[in-house]
Amino acid sequence: MALENNEIQNKLTQTFGDKVRNFHQERDLFSFEMDAEINTAVILFLKNDDALRFNFLTSLFTIHFPDDPDVNRQFAVTYLMHNWYENKRIRIRTFISSEKPEIKTISNIFPAANWMERESYDFFGVDFKGHQQLKRILNMDEMISHPMRKEFPMEDSGRTDKDDRFFGRTTINL
Amino acid sequence: MSELLLPPEHRYAKIIKERHNEDGSELSILNLGPTHPATHGIFQNILLMDGERILEAEPTVGYIHRAFEKIAENRPFYQITPLTDRMNYCSSPINNMGWWMTIEKMLGVEVPKRAQYLRVIVMELARITDHLICNSILGVDTGAYTGFLYVFQFREKVYEIYEEICGARLTTNMGRIGGFERDWSEEAFRKLNVFLEEFPVAWKEFENLFERNRIFIDRTVNVGAISAEQAMAYGFTGPNLRAAGVDYDVRVAHPYSSYEDFEFSVPVGKSGDTYDRFCVRNAEVWESISIIKQALAKLPEGPYHADVPDYYLPPKEDVYTTMESLIYHFKIVMGEVPVPVAEVYHSVEGGNGELGFYLVTDGSRTPYRLHFRRPCFIYYQAYPEMIKGAMLSDAIVILSSLNVIAGELDA
Amino acid sequence: MVEPPEGIVGEGFFATKLNDVVGLARANSLWPLPFATSCCGIEFMATMASHYDLARFGSERVSFSPRQADMLMVMGTISKKMAPILRQVYEQMSEPRWVISVGACACSGGIFDTYSVLQGIDKVIPVDVYVPGCPPRPEQIVDGVMKLQELVKSESVRRRSSPEYQELLASYNIK
Repeated sequence: MALENNEIQNKLTQTFGDKVRNFHQERDLFSFEMDAEINTAVILFLKNDDALRFNFLTSLFTIHFPDDPDVNRQFAVTYLMHNWYENKRIRIRTFISSEKPEIKTISNIFPAANWMERESYDFFGVDFKGHQQLKRILNMDEMISHPMRKEFPMEDSGRTDKDDRFFGRTTINL
Repeated sequence: MSELLLPPEHRYAKIIKERHNEDGSELSILNLGPTHPATHGIFQNILLMDGERILEAEPTVGYIHRAFEKIAENRPFYQITPLTDRMNYCSSPINNMGWWMTIEKMLGVEVPKRAQYLRVIVMELARITDHLICNSILGVDTGAYTGFLYVFQFREKVYEIYEEICGARLTTNMGRIGGFERDWSEEAFRKLNVFLEEFPVAWKEFENLFERNRIFIDRTVNVGAISAEQAMAYGFTGPNLRAAGVDYDVRVAHPYSSYEDFEFSVPVGKSGDTYDRFCVRNAEVWESISIIKQALAKLPEGPYHADVPDYYLPPKEDVYTTMESLIYHFKIVMGEVPVPVAEVYHSVEGGNGELGFYLVTDGSRTPYRLHFRRPCFIYYQAYPEMIKGAMLSDAIVILSSLNVIAGELDA
Repeated sequence: MVEPPEGIVGEGFFATKLNDVVGLARANSLWPLPFATSCCGIEFMATMASHYDLARFGSERVSFSPRQADMLMVMGTISKKMAPILRQVYEQMSEPRWVISVGACACSGGIFDTYSVLQGIDKVIPVDVYVPGCPPRPEQIVDGVMKLQELVKSESVRRRSSPEYQELLASYNIK
């Protein structure tokens, strides 16, 4: 018998109460939200529960919502998990503050999360507490800012050949 | 250049200091990469070696980080396809099709059967070329250059088919939202049929060259083995996972583009070692050939693209002659057409595993966030674990059998 | 076969300029160092493989050691993280050395106009021949090599010790 959405929902709400909420079907993904401080507990529960068995971490990434008025909801760490036995995917989202983006690591539950978390740290500056080796992965170690944040410009600021004068963007051509 | 050397406070320095071998020999540090003939693509591994044995490895990636995800946030949907080409450049059509399917899922576009079948054909061709390069390069790394030179000719043949379909060789930028830019020409089908006749003969020879070859077997069996549990924990997908004995394949688990219409088996290995990875890829090539043949036999007549004038570019003749089409063309390319606010995840079975696209839109002309689930990036982190205790030359073979593509890894 | 340079032919001897002979010899035995990072590297594989066969132009031996190479072929995106390594490879090559920049990314950054990508390798090392394309076809890469051969043939043997050349290297801070 296939794993039903409401079965997952019931199990989760029984265990975690109102710390998990906003269950809904987003296209073909069953999704819900959880509090940031119980992330490891929820992921472990989803992985180890005999009925749920979400054995595979498909992906982990962060989304930046700088326009959200609530400063505690400006970073969304998103986990995609997959139950291979029942072939069921699930999306778990947790919001964290942009002033102090912190969340516990899950790299001790899924080794695969190790580099995904480092990537999130590199791109957004999310601090994964308890991570073995949280340092930049794709960008240079010397970089100060976190480039995937919305305020960071895509283009290299140090470019000289994109002089506005050559594109007719200035009124005075010196 | 001092910044390229290892700093003295590095943990390896401590290990070297503390460890004393019985015969008085010392441990050494070897820097493998980022430019090394055997690291296809650019990765750096700082190895701690005891003679020829690797004790520990510390990988560094990001040497061709091109900020795909950042660019994608600044480009309309049609302009993101060229980026997907350049991710896994050994099999760009799979990336292209995966991206189109993600957008179609977001927009709710129904693609006609003919276009779906044509997509299957081109994706399986791409899978053949991907596995072909991986396996033949594995041959090169074990000392057999012949296999590479022999089968690479057939990659050229596939390039010719791509050229008939879309005009490009390697970075194809193939297709449109809802289907293809044009129907396939007679010539494309002719070339495809010639390929299907000639390639299996050559591939059989290639297999015979390696599969029972004493040297090759000695170099690959029990080298870089990974258990199924470990592979799953490390997020392996694709041929590398199947070599460890897990039959997870996105084409079967979540069939897309009418994969459910075709009969094919998912080859699995047993021990997850380099030889099994080689054999699984070989077997997958045979399955791909069979899928292409089935798709050609069952190829339905009908339109080659969905009827979605809001998203499908109008034909070029109309763009040059009529006002409306010109406006539409401009609007679509510049992303001035309405898109829903949505979040979708779509994954396809890429050359290396589950290639996923997580797309967040806010109704504007560009994606709000686009995350690529790049299989290479995720499974390459198991590499230090896999080469622990292996010989240096084994590390090279393991790396090429994993088929790590730098463009996909670093994004 | 190549055409002999201009000179005086007599009974048992052939007299010509040293420049021409050295140029001829250098141009037809350019050992490439493929610095392949991404997509263009795959097209370089195609160029080296049996169909296009770069070996016909005297570049049979692919040298992965910079010390034994004459022609640095930079293929693919060079990120800012990679730039110092590219520079170090260039510095390790012995004179005379030439550089071909293959593909849009190496020439100008290509479509990757981002914070992490070096906008053209000529920011860090001098380049002799640019091959455009994303990626260029093997024919184009072969054409680039032939263009370089023309350059090499006509290069004076004294060029590498000329003050102009020293100035060029100094402008890149290369010793």
